[in-house]
Amino acid sequence: MSDFPILSLTTFLPTIGALLILVLKAMARPEDGEVVDRNSRWVALWFTLGALASSLVVLSWFDPSLAGFQLTEEANWLGLDISYRMGVDGISVLFVLLTTFLMPICIIAGWRSINTRITEYLASFLVLETMMIGVFTAKDLILFYFFFEAGLIPMFLLIGIWGGANRVYASYKFFLYTLLGSLLMLVAIIYMYLQAGTTDIAILMDYRFDPGVQKWLWLAFFASFAVKMPMWPVHTWLPDAHVQAPTAGSVILAGVLLKMGGYGFLRFSLPMFPFGSEYFAPLVFALSVIAIIYTSLVAFRQTDIKKLVAYSSVAHMGFVTLGIFAANAQGLQGAIFQMISHGVISGALFLAVGVIYDRMHTREIAFYGGLVHRMPVYAAIFLLFALGNVGLPGTSGFVGEILTMVGGYLVNPWIAFGAAFGVILSAVYMLNVYRNVVFGEIVNSKLENITDVNRRELITFIPLIIATLALGVFPSLVTDITETSVMDLVAHYEEALAPAPETLEIPLEP
Amino acid sequence: MYAIIVFGPLLGAAIAGLLQRYIGDRAAMWITTLLVCLSAGLSLYAFYDVAFVGNELTIEIARWFDIGAFQTSWSMRIDTLSAVMLVVVTFVSSLVHIYSFGYMSHDPHRARFFSYLSLFTFAMLMLVTANDFMQLFFGWEGVGLASYLLIGFWYKKPTANSAAIKAFVTNRVGDFGFALGIMAIFLIFGTIQFDGVFAQVAAMQGQATEFLGMRFYALEIIAFLLFIGAMGKSAQFFLHVWLPDAMEGPTPVSALIHAATMVTAGVFLVVRCSPIFEAAPVASAIVAVIGAITAFFAATIGMAQNDIKRVVAYSTCSQLGYMFFAAGLGLYGAAMFHLFTHAFFKALLFLGSGSVIHALHDEQDMRKMGGMWKVIPWTYAVMLIGTLALTGVGIPGTKLGFAGFFSKDAIIEGAFAVAADTGSQVATLAFWAGVVAALLTSFYSWRLIFMTFHGKHRGPQEHFEKAHESPPVMMGPLLILAVGAVFAGALFYSPFVGDAKDGFWRESVTFASAATHGEEAEHGEELHAEAGHSDEASETAENVTGQLTGDEADTEAAEAHAEGGEGAAHAASEEHGEEHGGHHVPTWVLWTPFVVTLLGFLGAVFFYLMRPGIPRRIGESGGPLHSFLYNKWFFDELYNATFVRGARGLGDLFWKVGDVRIVDGLGPNGVARAVRSGASRLSRLQTGYLYHYALVMLIAVVAIAGALIVLKG
Repeated sequence: MSDFPILSLTTFLPTIGALLILVLKAMARPEDGEVVDRNSRWVALWFTLGALASSLVVLSWFDPSLAGFQLTEEANWLGLDISYRMGVDGISVLFVLLTTFLMPICIIAGWRSINTRITEYLASFLVLETMMIGVFTAKDLILFYFFFEAGLIPMFLLIGIWGGANRVYASYKFFLYTLLGSLLMLVAIIYMYLQAGTTDIAILMDYRFDPGVQKWLWLAFFASFAVKMPMWPVHTWLPDAHVQAPTAGSVILAGVLLKMGGYGFLRFSLPMFPFGSEYFAPLVFALSVIAIIYTSLVAFRQTDIKKLVAYSSVAHMGFVTLGIFAANAQGLQGAIFQMISHGVISGALFLAVGVIYDRMHTREIAFYGGLVHRMPVYAAIFLLFALGNVGLPGTSGFVGEILTMVGGYLVNPWIAFGAAFGVILSAVYMLNVYRNVVFGEIVNSKLENITDVNRRELITFIPLIIATLALGVFPSLVTDITETSVMDLVAHYEEALAPAPETLEIPLEP
Repeated sequence: MYAIIVFGPLLGAAIAGLLQRYIGDRAAMWITTLLVCLSAGLSLYAFYDVAFVGNELTIEIARWFDIGAFQTSWSMRIDTLSAVMLVVVTFVSSLVHIYSFGYMSHDPHRARFFSYLSLFTFAMLMLVTANDFMQLFFGWEGVGLASYLLIGFWYKKPTANSAAIKAFVTNRVGDFGFALGIMAIFLIFGTIQFDGVFAQVAAMQGQATEFLGMRFYALEIIAFLLFIGAMGKSAQFFLHVWLPDAMEGPTPVSALIHAATMVTAGVFLVVRCSPIFEAAPVASAIVAVIGAITAFFAATIGMAQNDIKRVVAYSTCSQLGYMFFAAGLGLYGAAMFHLFTHAFFKALLFLGSGSVIHALHDEQDMRKMGGMWKVIPWTYAVMLIGTLALTGVGIPGTKLGFAGFFSKDAIIEGAFAVAADTGSQVATLAFWAGVVAALLTSFYSWRLIFMTFHGKHRGPQEHFEKAHESPPVMMGPLLILAVGAVFAGALFYSPFVGDAKDGFWRESVTFASAATHGEEAEHGEELHAEAGHSDEASETAENVTGQLTGDEADTEAAEAHAEGGEGAAHAASEEHGEEHGGHHVPTWVLWTPFVVTLLGFLGAVFFYLMRPGIPRRIGESGGPLHSFLYNKWFFDELYNATFVRGARGLGDLFWKVGDVRIVDGLGPNGVARAVRSGASRLSRLQTGYLYHYALVMLIAVVAIAGALIVLKG
């Protein structure tokens, strides 16, 4: 059973779907356009659901009590010990699930709102899914890099072709930023390969690079991951990309693509360059806290609702980075949880924005107001996710925030002190926008006939509602799976930093 | 049984909120109300069972977090303290549910209203039955959410929406401190379970910790941070600004949330953490000072307000101040007692005001009322009872009086006893603040009665003529509360603060007093530790002064410490004496509250019955003092000018200058500009696209060759 290449299947299933769609399109006569479109939507939906099912199999085969990679696969690829290696551990397995969970929702969300070049749109999405899953299942550095970079291309296309009015600028900015960071990472990867003689991530984790070199390697990886997160001050591509991207693109961008940065920190920076991580941790803390306060304030002043959510994403990612580099159980668990939770909540918020955008074709906050009178169900759904974003206990948003802050506090109370401002400010901007959009009287007469969420939209929201509440009340659904791997990572990190065996004190686990 | 008490209201909220379309308004209202009443009935039994029989227990339902030692579970801790709160919460909540049948009868969103009320009740019950700080925080934020939803219930009103946001955000400021406090607790104690933390308090005595670059006593900083949370929730000085605005919500909400239950959560928190506060003299002194200031300050504002609900709201704020300074001085029993009696008479006053407002077609301005006693005599009667209870009318030295007489006088006399015994200036300040606030309370309370019910009606005559008494469904709860406002004090004096105190509270509240009195034997091990601490307290106070110098604010705190240190050490001992029979308190102190209350009453009689022209002229001419009080000490203006505008300004600055001009200007846009100008310069040298391709190819070849060399090498 465990010989079955379930990870490869999960990863490449969407690409098979993409090929099928393109074949369908190629074989069809031009006058059958509509039929092809409809069929390809269903193909895309079924393949994403298939990937979801497949990833659930992964989860059920996965044994959370073991640290290290499981369900591994290996095949010769480029030679020179650069191989096709797959595997998941407690840190990565849930990201696979997050991706496959969000994808069907994205396909449904774009069901009616995308009307040009649908087949290409769906194919890009499916290829993107493969790349995203690949990032989390790759157990080889070069393979990881391939997925990591190749994922840029479909996203670039999604923004550049199906985006809003200013899409070219946004996609250019997105590409430029992420590419520049990645080039530095490539240099570091080549160096690591030359040093260690392998690109097997499991081996590299135990390889001890020279502490001085680690700092440079850390910086090179940081350049790439910090952009992806995005961290302050390299965050400005995100609001533009979000604003221009189609709704489903935003969901994926916020839900999964941003998590690649955090995942990279967890997978590479912390275990492979512990000295670099420790050395630069204060920098990360500073940038994280700045990001939280700065972008929260910026979010408060936005007039475009999608931009507001985007800035809020940057702030929430600040909690992730500070949790990761706190490098203790609470911080790391909190960071992973925050990423999963943010994937769900911000995805849902972008969907919520998409609902009214599809109806009114504007994202100006000032245009709206009083929606609750016409859209009571929508108002309730939006409220739930707004509160999740605010980090209300009982929603998943709370768990990640409090745990990362606890992790930060254990390192230095200043970190938690700064981050806690974000908790106040998130309430300010989120409740403010909610009031302006949903409450009050209907002033704009164009809103008189706006309709409440339809059944298709409701279907996209329901899984996200369940996830938000279930994870908020029973966070152990996530933390039990990640625990062993996280504790292993913490132990590994502390051991690497411990000065020498003789002076090693028994670490008191907080 | 306890599961039904706590989760019954949640079930009701869910049914009313989600299934209203299918079952209709009436069913939703009935279901929520019955479930809450059931919860109240069971709570009464639980109260008896726990407080008088002694069946304390803790039930664990499910895990919540489980990260290393950071463990918390969904559980229910039932001891005397939580049982008292259970009764208060479910009892008032039931009455408010019933009252709302009448009050909200014309509202199209009744089901949603009842759903929110029940949701609130659930969150509050989670708060009071928490067994660790995390669940407490869950309830804490949960009631904040319910409060937000209910204040903003009439979402068409812009003022209601603003008030709702203001309440939530101000509470978040408090929660900011609370959350940091929890983190500090975890850092110091390595657990966030109440039992685990409280058991280690003694061991952590004198333990120092670093917070924001300074060293503090760990217990002090923890207590202080927790108190910031309490300040937010209980609308204490500095963080009080949301409470008056919260009156935008429907009146039953004000009675339930903003008088009887949620706002007292801060007091509950301090009492729940009494082991920590007992060991933190500086923080306790801060609690006492803030409480004393609030008691006085809110009362002064209450004198100048014209909105009937705002007067009661400031009165609430002021009474919470009493509870806090009592708790800060170690008089936990008295604080809880006042919380208990206050729930009755303040809910009564709010619901009574609601009845007046209802009768006058939503008129809230007392300047447009007057003479109402003739048309709504029952409401008048219960409001009178509420006022007598609030002002603490009773005959000193006897057991005759309204509810507030027992609880408020217990606080004032307790404060005096602490001051007399220890010379603590904090206690002296608190005592006098309590006395002055009692005077003011009496004045504004009678002012409210006289302006509303006496004299000539000043509003539109047709409203006055059409005004009618509220229906029985509203009067019923008022009468029940009135009974409570009369008898709650006399009945429960003995268990809360009197002779039966020790057997009543048992382990749920820590009184340092027992230790100083040498009665450790009765009180189990924890208090031994307290005894040790009490002796050290003054020593601690001296040490800390040296450590904190340099920072102005902290120096003040240190001074407070020096006083509070001694204060707290002996504080409760006095309380103990006093509460055993009042033999430490001289007669003039016993009579002082009575006299000032009478003075306040006479003042109100003079200004609002005999010479109503004088206050009207003052109000119209708007002298500086009046305008200072009328504008609530200008706190809103101050906060608007600093925080609100500051946040807007910073947000704009970061966005338009930081992001757009600096980051983008130097980053991508700058690069683009440079490339473009560079390219155009190049193209002047070399024309045609061919060159570009050649250049790109060249770069690519070099890159690939380089990579290959590196790889092979």
